[in-house]
Amino acid sequence: MRVCINPHLSSLWFPRSLDAPRRLVLAHPRTAPPDGRQLTPPPRMTVRERLREKISAAFYRHGLLCASYPVPIILFTSASILACCYPLLRLPLPGTGPVEFTTRVRDYTVPSHEPQGDLGERPDWYRGPPVAYIQPVLVKAAVSPWDSTLVPVDVFRSPLGRVFSLLEEIRNHVHDDGSGVRSLEALCLQVTDLLPGLRRMQRVLPEHGCLLVSPGNYWQNQRELFDSDPDLLKTVHQHEPKGLHTSATLRDLLFGVPVKHTGVSLYSRKRVVTYTITMVLGSYDARFLSSLRARLRQLHPSVNCSLREDHMVHVHFKEEIGMAELIPLVTTYIILFAYIYFSTRKIDMVKSKWGLALAAVVTVLSSLLMSVGLCTLFGLTPTLNGGEIFPYLVVVIGLENVLVLTKSVVSTPVDLEVKLRIAQGLSNESWSIMKNMATELCIILIGYFTLVPAIQEFCLFAVVGLVSDFFLQMFFFTTVLSIDIRRMELADLNRRLPAEAGMPLPKPGPLRPREAPPPPRPSPHTITLQTPAFRNLRLPKRLRVVYFLARTRLAQRFIMVGTVIWIGILAYTDPAGLRTYLAAQVSEQSPLGEGGAGGLPPHLGVAPVFPGPGGDPADTLSVLPAPAEPTPLPENQSQGHHGAPGEGVPLVPQISWGAEDEEGWRRLSFRHWPSLFSYYNITLAKRYISILPVIPITLHLSPREAIETRHPQDTRHPPPPSLKTNDLPADLTLYKVAALGLAAGVLLVLLLFCLYRVLCSRNYGQNGVAHGRRRRGDLPCDDYGYSPPISEISPLLLCGHSMDIECLASDGMLLASCCLAGQIRVWDTQTGDCLTVIPKHGLRRSSSSGCWEQRDGWDAVGVAEPENLGGGTEPGGGVFDEDKGYPLRRRTTPRPALFENQPDLTPLIDTNFDSQPPSHLLLTPPRNGFDFGGLVEKAYLEHEPPSPGLTASYPSPLSGPPPQRRRSLGYIQPPAPQGQETPDWESAVWAMELRGNLIAAGRSNGKLELWDAVEGSLRCSNEDGVSGITALAFLNNRIVAARLDGSLDFFTVDINKPLGLLQYRGPPGRSNMPPSPCYSSEDVISCQLTRSVQCAHQKPITVLRAAAGRVVTGSQDHTVRVYRLEDSCCLFTLQGHSGGITAIYIDQTMVLASGGQDGAICLWDVLTGSRVSHVYGHRGDVTSLVCTTSCVISSGLDDLICIWDRSTGIKLYSIQQEVGCGASLGVISESLLVTGGQGCVSFWDLNFGDLLQTVYLGQSSDGQGVRQLVVLNNAAIVCDFGSELSLVYVPAVLEKLD
Amino acid sequence: MSRSGSGQTDPSRGTYIAVITNRSTTLVIRGFMLFSIGVFLALVLNLLQVQRNVTLFPPDVISSIFSSAWWVPPCCGTASAIIGLLYPCIDCRLGEPHKFKREWSSVMRCVAVFVGINHASAKVDFANNVQLSLTLAALSIGLWWTFDRSRSGFGLGVVIALLATLSTQLLVYNGVFQYTSPDFLYIRSWLPCIFFAGVITMGNIGRQLALYECKLMSEKAHQD
Repeated sequence: MRVCINPHLSSLWFPRSLDAPRRLVLAHPRTAPPDGRQLTPPPRMTVRERLREKISAAFYRHGLLCASYPVPIILFTSASILACCYPLLRLPLPGTGPVEFTTRVRDYTVPSHEPQGDLGERPDWYRGPPVAYIQPVLVKAAVSPWDSTLVPVDVFRSPLGRVFSLLEEIRNHVHDDGSGVRSLEALCLQVTDLLPGLRRMQRVLPEHGCLLVSPGNYWQNQRELFDSDPDLLKTVHQHEPKGLHTSATLRDLLFGVPVKHTGVSLYSRKRVVTYTITMVLGSYDARFLSSLRARLRQLHPSVNCSLREDHMVHVHFKEEIGMAELIPLVTTYIILFAYIYFSTRKIDMVKSKWGLALAAVVTVLSSLLMSVGLCTLFGLTPTLNGGEIFPYLVVVIGLENVLVLTKSVVSTPVDLEVKLRIAQGLSNESWSIMKNMATELCIILIGYFTLVPAIQEFCLFAVVGLVSDFFLQMFFFTTVLSIDIRRMELADLNRRLPAEAGMPLPKPGPLRPREAPPPPRPSPHTITLQTPAFRNLRLPKRLRVVYFLARTRLAQRFIMVGTVIWIGILAYTDPAGLRTYLAAQVSEQSPLGEGGAGGLPPHLGVAPVFPGPGGDPADTLSVLPAPAEPTPLPENQSQGHHGAPGEGVPLVPQISWGAEDEEGWRRLSFRHWPSLFSYYNITLAKRYISILPVIPITLHLSPREAIETRHPQDTRHPPPPSLKTNDLPADLTLYKVAALGLAAGVLLVLLLFCLYRVLCSRNYGQNGVAHGRRRRGDLPCDDYGYSPPISEISPLLLCGHSMDIECLASDGMLLASCCLAGQIRVWDTQTGDCLTVIPKHGLRRSSSSGCWEQRDGWDAVGVAEPENLGGGTEPGGGVFDEDKGYPLRRRTTPRPALFENQPDLTPLIDTNFDSQPPSHLLLTPPRNGFDFGGLVEKAYLEHEPPSPGLTASYPSPLSGPPPQRRRSLGYIQPPAPQGQETPDWESAVWAMELRGNLIAAGRSNGKLELWDAVEGSLRCSNEDGVSGITALAFLNNRIVAARLDGSLDFFTVDINKPLGLLQYRGPPGRSNMPPSPCYSSEDVISCQLTRSVQCAHQKPITVLRAAAGRVVTGSQDHTVRVYRLEDSCCLFTLQGHSGGITAIYIDQTMVLASGGQDGAICLWDVLTGSRVSHVYGHRGDVTSLVCTTSCVISSGLDDLICIWDRSTGIKLYSIQQEVGCGASLGVISESLLVTGGQGCVSFWDLNFGDLLQTVYLGQSSDGQGVRQLVVLNNAAIVCDFGSELSLVYVPAVLEKLD
Repeated sequence: MSRSGSGQTDPSRGTYIAVITNRSTTLVIRGFMLFSIGVFLALVLNLLQVQRNVTLFPPDVISSIFSSAWWVPPCCGTASAIIGLLYPCIDCRLGEPHKFKREWSSVMRCVAVFVGINHASAKVDFANNVQLSLTLAALSIGLWWTFDRSRSGFGLGVVIALLATLSTQLLVYNGVFQYTSPDFLYIRSWLPCIFFAGVITMGNIGRQLALYECKLMSEKAHQD
């Protein structure tokens, strides 16, 4: 242990902490690279040994380096990771979206299979013939001029009807030049069978022959079926799938344009129907196609069409990941995550487990990225599917090294410095790390020679990944580990040691006068909770859930992620559709767009980007100037002029061709073509199709034709007048929106209300009531209406002292108390019986009560106190509290019932030698046992020991005890030195300690006395000092006394067991003695001053505490000193307070906390003497300090109890105490705090800050304040309560907590 | 404990019965776990094998999972349960408890490597079958060396792999099932390697499970 070393020296490196060979190596000046493979072993030694030493030396040095400069090294590592990953930017992002390539139609030839030399920008997939050529024929048809007599169905019935003639035309088109006759039948892609799973599409999609798709397929390409179809829309709709669908729908496939743009709807405002006849050609024939194009154009000229016809687009589809491929992939990833989980679970004994696990994963992942980046940098492009081999790479590289490193570092001795720990841990594991790495490299190199390209590539990646992983482990992870280890230095180590229930002595300095209390707070028991305490408040479950959500911002993040994913999906799947949709919305909504877009019915005003509301109409108008003239007319009507003058004016739906019609297929889902082909079991994955320039067809139908083609049922549709068709939907929409908005608002309010009711408790708003419940006298109840079970905690009153109690001491089984009168009483903490009274006049009784270890003792009592028994039979005795029955005689007797109704005659017994008649006391009201007058009188009497009358009536203290003892214990030879001690009654007891059954009492005249707690006999006394003893510490067999003049005396208690006397200690008498270390009454006890430290402090010592072999003193001179108990050597002088020390806490785990008059609390490291934290918590003195394993509890003169987080020094919350009760507090268990109040004690849950229970000590609630509070081992509390002591057991609370 | 129930009889016998019933229950649980792992791995790995012929839009994914005969996954499950129980048993019999890398993370690594070997056999294009077989054999041996390193494990693995290959061969001869492209007497030549790796993996899992059980038992014994 390196305890005696000054903390400032501890940063030096101690070679002692290394084992011998390593030290030798370290003396070697050579610096080696971290991986010692380059080292050439000298021939003499064992090669292996030499290598091993060098490697471990190098690792040691490297560990020192990493732990010394963590930040620069992390920065350097991050920079190198980024640099190595930079080439990854050039790699294409993975995705399954199709890729396009555009060529000119004019000189198109089918690309050859062989890759050619200078392909320019030609992509590598553009090889060989495509799967198919797509020839779309885009038809736009409108009934013009629009007549008011027409019904809505007329908008699309006759235009759709024309598809059959067009199909006829296309099918029958024959091109005949000199080389031969070609028709569609010869060129088109012949399909055979639909997939078996698509039976429902059998009637719609062509099952054999040419793959020619048009809306006519709905009616099996038969005009008759079409004409006899009463409801066209129903026919179209019945094939639509229900619910969500991601791939293209049948409607999209057949119409060839997105649904919104077809215009097949009863409420179409544009009255233009658009659809596509899609020809899928197996082979390309330019002449046939151009003749077809010319023919159709000739038949149906498109006047204002300016579509470009010179480009064909080749679309390449990537491999799609199907479900079948996904399952193994997902399995490998699950295995990977299980592996990572099981690996990182082994990380232990560090500050932040998750942080280190994250660092480990980051290490592996970034090493993989680095390996890919490096390989790319050197011209190796990855051809493997990254997602597939990734888990295997991770598994090959593995997290083992990281874990081994962590384990090794963690297992180094904790008292070493961080640097050394890291270095040692690294060098311990260096050999195995190097060995493993070499093995893995060898295996992978073997894999490289399999000469399989894929495996070779894998191995290459793995090798580079392994090396970069090693680099990252050495630099990144080691550094992170060092930071982590440094963070967990003191506090967490203590947490790991077995917790010892702190036994505070919340006694302020005995001489310090009580200062004027601060003005009382308005609400005496509010708990000020601050944010860190939020984490473990005792809350209802629902609130905990909500707090969890709020803390992690789970909902917010979830929504954010969801939104991002949703937007991503939208943008990814259907960019064109979304864009056109939005554009349409914008142009429809904007007032400016109305005029412009209205004139371009089918043309939705699509610009490449989202058009602004203002820019859009101008743009489109400039593109299409021709039909601008009649546009205002329909719009005027649509503005809602009912019965406007424009009623009779025929409307002319305009058919216009825009740039977006050139590549209308772009607006379709990108899965449009794959799904179409997949129906015929043709995959497009990794293949491409060529889309030929569209053939535009414009159809103008006369109203007469439309009326002729009507089905009789068409008119049955509600014939919305032409005016209202435009008008009503707008209004309806408005109403709908308004109603929906209203409903949504109401719903929202209701929802919020419900949420409020669920989350907030009923009395949330009644703050005063809730807090009022905490007032003493009411049922203790917390804020949530939750009241802890009312347990029967009834305090046991120990009365007997006649004046206020000054000192309390306990060793768990016995309790010693000393009042201002100088009377010391010893109580049994189990039963509350008074065992001994120590002042001189008690000596007689103490000898007579030898019954308690003598078989014949009972008779002695009976003989000694006959008048007492007689008094008990007097009628004035009445019935008293059972605990007021004088407990002395109940202690060992098997007949306690005899004294059940005994009046409290303690004063009487004590003073029965006096001239005062006993009847005076017996006439006192029986409720209190003795009246105030008697008390004063007795106190007066006890304060007058030197009065001649009393000394005369007593045997002298010098000679008193031995004859008494001899008389009662006749056959026992009293120990020789006992009689020579002189009890001192003149000076007050200022300090008292109790260990075993020895009471050490320090008196104001500097005397140290040792009393036998059981027998009440003075065992020895020491008068070496003259200055008053202000504080005492009794540990093992040493007593430390602090004196008023600032000196510190160390005494040793020696026990000499006289032989031959042991046989008299009969077992029955000792059976109910505590098994704690006892000094038997026969032992010869001597107390010798071993060392006296004069001027230990410049000013009086106020606090003295001893634990764990250390003695800590605090003084008025603002310093704290730490001494070693065994040789009384001063280890540290701790400076840091700016006021006198008023409270000190130290426990077995060497936690040292000190509080001063400046209101500051300091936490110290006892091993190094360094200050761990320093907080200001109180206005005025810190009166009491207790530490648990997780927090520090302090109380101050401001009557505030503050609970601090021990590791961070952050105040968790504070409890406002009643005036004058601030100093009394104690910790019963790890989570149970007890504080004293006015006539009561309160129990608090330390973790949550809840008041658990309040126990009233007396009947009247206006009792005196509890000034001192001692926690015993058996969870009883003793508090001084004026002149009485209260023993409170808290089994109920403990049960509840456990 | 069931010990209290046998208060009338000889107490030592009661303890014995309790231990026996306890052990058999845990054995059944262990066997069931191994069985389910085996079934799962068989399904997934079978999917890996048939995956190459999967079209862009597989008409029904579920049927492709169960595309092979229904009896294959249960057979694999049973075999893996037997193997997984056999390994710790043999360790026990030989008196040399397996101490090498007894951690779940190592087991997971082993499973991942096994899936990787399957993946390689299914997806990587090898020049010829000899190369494929040799590579897979090397990988399997590497798997054994990395995660097992016990002679008993190696011996058992070889024996079981040979037996399994033989039985597969018999099945193929009898026409119960067939490979699309047999390269070695109607079967694929890499089959023994896969079997070997699978045996090692299942043995690893079985040992780990048994270890867990041992720990549990010893804890209980301590409590008693």
